[in-house]
Amino acid sequence: MKRNSVYSGLRPPSVAGKAGSSIVRAAIAVLLLVPAFLPFDYYVNIATQILIAAIFASSLNLLVGYGGLISLGHAGFLGTSAYVLAWLATRGELSHLWASLGALGVTTVVAGLFGVLSLRATGLGFVMITLALGQILWGVAYRWVSLTGGDNGLSGFSRPHPLGIDLSSPGSFYLFTLVVFVLAFLFVSVFVHSTFGAGLQGVRDQPRRMQALGWDVWGIRFVTFVVAGFWGAVAGVLYADYNQFVSPHVLALTNSAEVLLMVIAGGAGTVLGPIVGAAVVVLLKNVVSAYITRWVMLLGFVFVLIVLYMPEGLVPGVERLRRRTVRRGAEA
Amino acid sequence: MRFFLIQSLNGLALGGLLFLLSSGFSLIFGLMRVANLAHGAFFMLGAYVGLSALRAGLGFFAAVVIGGLAIAILGALLERFLLRKLAGRLLSQVLITLGIAFIIGDASLLVWSGDPMPLPIPDALAGVVRFGSIFFPRYRLAVVGFSVVVLAILWVALERTRVGAMIRAGVDDMEMARGLGIAVPRLFTLVFCLGAALAGMGGVLGGPILSVYPGLDMDMLPLALIVLILGGPGNLLGAFAGSYFIGFLYTFGQALFPDLAYVILFLPMVAALALRPQGLFKLRAA
Repeated sequence: MKRNSVYSGLRPPSVAGKAGSSIVRAAIAVLLLVPAFLPFDYYVNIATQILIAAIFASSLNLLVGYGGLISLGHAGFLGTSAYVLAWLATRGELSHLWASLGALGVTTVVAGLFGVLSLRATGLGFVMITLALGQILWGVAYRWVSLTGGDNGLSGFSRPHPLGIDLSSPGSFYLFTLVVFVLAFLFVSVFVHSTFGAGLQGVRDQPRRMQALGWDVWGIRFVTFVVAGFWGAVAGVLYADYNQFVSPHVLALTNSAEVLLMVIAGGAGTVLGPIVGAAVVVLLKNVVSAYITRWVMLLGFVFVLIVLYMPEGLVPGVERLRRRTVRRGAEA
Repeated sequence: MRFFLIQSLNGLALGGLLFLLSSGFSLIFGLMRVANLAHGAFFMLGAYVGLSALRAGLGFFAAVVIGGLAIAILGALLERFLLRKLAGRLLSQVLITLGIAFIIGDASLLVWSGDPMPLPIPDALAGVVRFGSIFFPRYRLAVVGFSVVVLAILWVALERTRVGAMIRAGVDDMEMARGLGIAVPRLFTLVFCLGAALAGMGGVLGGPILSVYPGLDMDMLPLALIVLILGGPGNLLGAFAGSYFIGFLYTFGQALFPDLAYVILFLPMVAALALRPQGLFKLRAA
């Protein structure tokens, strides 16, 4: 948040503003805790889904928003991680902790391999290669029945008991997810405001200049790709624990598209954007599914409308409006 | 030996269908720098339209023409009213074609239900052709023949006509083509229409072999992507060779290693990506 001081000239310089923002922060913290104690499991579970989606979308945002690399294969990391965890916990008969660590490790290695392949290109080439690689994983999950259970997927594992705490109730699992979410949020905030993050944004905007200045353009992109894959894997572990079931659906192109929509709808290249986008998409999906079964079509229409009318996303759009009203207020 | 021959013919037929799908995909990418992620959906929708035409009592060849025409019109509308608005914004264009693909896919599910439906083989092409002791289904041979005819027509159109020369100029150097006074937007509509029509016809022709089912769109799209990556964007002969190569690979993979057929399919792409240090053809510049 400190880095925003660069733009502080645009903001009303007042102590009231600072006190206001800390009140806002405290309010957000309280709000985040509330779902754990709601009496309706349905709402607790939706809140959990939003947090998992927010971690997932934030990981993709590192690539899309800060690296300028649009990936259509990001579900591959969530899916690989969920599958590896499920496989190790059931057929591998490992403890939950080791299965989770295995899932994170394997997925990070896969991210490294995919990074080497897809970073042969940028722009459209990158989009198409990540799409194709994501489809390979889907194909493995769907067709290699003896390994993955095919269309039936893998099930028969339970939620973890970290430090002996039972996470089987919706409220406790929500709190567990919230802890991971806060860690992910802090990581992303620090990452994008670090020197490396600045380098990454430089590479996004001016790759040639960055190269001329002695930055390792490919290396920066590669590290970001792997980091994004790792946090995608974290979301995958939570996804598997939440559902206690994995099927090829998780690796489908619609899933990659959905998470991309969260990032773009919320605002790529902002820390808060993907979180807002995740909330909007998850809520929309749950509300719509309650009434009609045409979620995929709606997803398509939202894509078209966002690209045409709000390419910058919700958070930057609202921010722009807010600044305009603040400035008007100052003039008055 | 018999196994080998029969699978080869199946591979050839699939290759022919893939060429109808990916020649348009490749031309569109090569000329317009649009990765049309709705191309698989065009293929599937063409098949569904053909199915409806057949159910309405029309003949198979009329169904092929109607399938192609319907998708061509759809393509023209999309190009004119959506893609052109986003001219120059490559990634927005990709995203919008993805949105369109989802809309078409889900709308087809709504209209034609979720059951896989094979299209009937036309009477004129039913039955088998005998080579010695081997029987080949006549229809698959016809599909191969048709793809070769399409290649020939496209090749002549691109290499020997004025419009074809304009398209090639656009693929090679867009700015220079504009500078020479070539009406590039009109070419875009033309090529997008043509690619859509080919995909739609391919869908109808593929109906008797692949059937038509929800998900056919996303099954075909990655195949078009691989062919594009192997053959090079805007390269007609590359698309032809790539289509038949992938057709063979998929057919033999499925017969010999059914579990891994889908992965084997992607190996040439991975190899091409790993071994060509300069990147893929012109993909990098896109």
